[in-house]
Amino acid sequence: MPLSTQSQGDAEQYVLVACLDNARNLSNILKAITFKDHAIFSATPNGLKVTVEDSKCLQANAFIQSEIFQEYTIKEDSVGFQVNLTVLLDCLNIFGGSTAPGVSTALRMCYKGYGYPLTLFLEEGGVVTVCKINTQEPEEPVDFEFCSTNVTNKVILQSESLKEAFSELDMTSEVLQITMSPSQPYFRLSTFGNSGNAHYDYPKDSDMMELFKCTKTQTNRYKMSLLKPSTKALALSCKVSVRTDSRGFLSLQYLVRNDDGQICFVEYYCCPDEEVAED
Amino acid sequence: MDCVVTGGNVKVLAKAIHSLSRIGDELYVEPQEDGLALRSVNSSRSAYACFLFAPLFFSRYTIPIGLAFRCKMAIKSVQAVFRSIATLEKTVEKCHIELDEQKNLLTFTLHCKHGLVKTHNLSFQDSEILQAVFDKDSYSNVFRSHPRLLVDTVVHFPPSLEEVTVSVSDDRMWVKNHVEDETDRSKAMLTELCLASDEFDHFSVQVQNSVTFCLKELRGLLVFAESTGLPISMYFDEPGSPVVLSVTDSVLEGNFVLATLSDDSNLRKNNTKRACTPPPPPDDFMNDDMDSYLIAMDTSVMPGPSASRPPSPPGPPNKKFCSLFFGSVLPPSSQMTTQPLTGQEVLASDSEDDVQ
Repeated sequence: MPLSTQSQGDAEQYVLVACLDNARNLSNILKAITFKDHAIFSATPNGLKVTVEDSKCLQANAFIQSEIFQEYTIKEDSVGFQVNLTVLLDCLNIFGGSTAPGVSTALRMCYKGYGYPLTLFLEEGGVVTVCKINTQEPEEPVDFEFCSTNVTNKVILQSESLKEAFSELDMTSEVLQITMSPSQPYFRLSTFGNSGNAHYDYPKDSDMMELFKCTKTQTNRYKMSLLKPSTKALALSCKVSVRTDSRGFLSLQYLVRNDDGQICFVEYYCCPDEEVAED
Repeated sequence: MDCVVTGGNVKVLAKAIHSLSRIGDELYVEPQEDGLALRSVNSSRSAYACFLFAPLFFSRYTIPIGLAFRCKMAIKSVQAVFRSIATLEKTVEKCHIELDEQKNLLTFTLHCKHGLVKTHNLSFQDSEILQAVFDKDSYSNVFRSHPRLLVDTVVHFPPSLEEVTVSVSDDRMWVKNHVEDETDRSKAMLTELCLASDEFDHFSVQVQNSVTFCLKELRGLLVFAESTGLPISMYFDEPGSPVVLSVTDSVLEGNFVLATLSDDSNLRKNNTKRACTPPPPPDDFMNDDMDSYLIAMDTSVMPGPSASRPPSPPGPPNKKFCSLFFGSVLPPSSQMTTQPLTGQEVLASDSEDDVQ
């Protein structure tokens, strides 16, 4: 393969080399978190984590484990940089992003370290493109301090039914209210728009509900504008876990299967909009 | 009010609402004894539509007793409840419509597969009576066909086309686009289709004439009829009086009433000799082309059989009956001698009931 022979000589210089036979396995999942221009890349021997944040209230993370890559070499414990995500996606789709069967763009992503650009070698049908994207000092992602021990309510739903609800949400509502409770209405999404309010109720015994663990009744509101981008991740996913902690912080975790059937995760953390008295 | 719609009827209800949205921005809801009436009218009052769903359409139909209830709400809000017809078909098992008079909320609850329940609480406003005055059974020309015929005819006209002219002879119907101006005529593309009487299930012409009306507002009905497969009946009389298109089956009736251009304006347009102007018409409304679509809004109290109508309910004071009258105001030598006409006051006749 032309890509590997090309960089054979300077393989030593790179602190991170990640290869994919199908660049879509990276670009598709990155699309699920592209609501801001800049993304923080954090690579560890476990894999790649890409973080996008919005006004310190919303954070999205995409995880691509090292096993997903055909080649994954990392010379340090942790490599971090920040790039323009929109530019990166444009490069990954430089061959037009067609979905013709059997045709895919191969990717070799290389990074020499602090101060160096992110180099992408992309190949399709014998044509090779080299892209160098300037990197910036990575910002420290917000730590939402969301830990499993603090989780009060958790449900796992099949994405199919949630997709329908999210596609119908009243966008004139400024907030999305999520109620989780061990009793009726169990799991409820509510909007308060111009024409009135709407509620989507999922009973705990629905066959769409894979897991239902709610310990106390909680109602929290989140800005609709913050949660709207999560519908992209929802669209890609087959399952979603919704968790709230004692502070009302929301964690949405999406299980995404890529083109090759491998599993990746996308998660969204969101701060509650206002204190709503817990029932 | 407490009604339940189940199974395939939910889709029919949704489609009716979507087709009403092609007429006006507001949905008028009135639960009547003979069924639930959903109506809409356009801003210039030149197009009106009403769907009446009989009690049998519902698996449960309970209406408020005593004082008549009617309300109106933004049709977009109701459309949002029934946003995706395809999804409705696949997932909705039943739709429950309930009225909460204290909070002024109309609640639509959709019970879907997998236990999902969607509840929409929509606010409404009190509304005046909305009822068009027309008597389609008295019209001279009556046609009925499968919706496919009209859909296939209309498809030849661009979506932007405003008005069409329908002309009939004993055994043929011509449908052509209507071009406003003399000067435009030479530059515009004129499309004319001819339909033979045998293409219709029923074709009855007593007076050979032409009517011109707005096509856009009709398209909503065509979509509804095509999806339900119900034949469309078309009734019209002379130019100026409305054209009525209806779909009926055992549990529902839909009527689309569209104003038509009045005769004088038609004549004036076809008159090539500009110097020869027709005598000034007896009524102001005849003068302006645009105003040929009439707006006569009357606020007289309705007499006759509804003398027993209960007094206006408390709340918004002075609720008056508003009648919508389409077509031109008839000159004094009116054929409608059964009704006394005093100035612009229009009194509803017994036969104006829009549910036949």
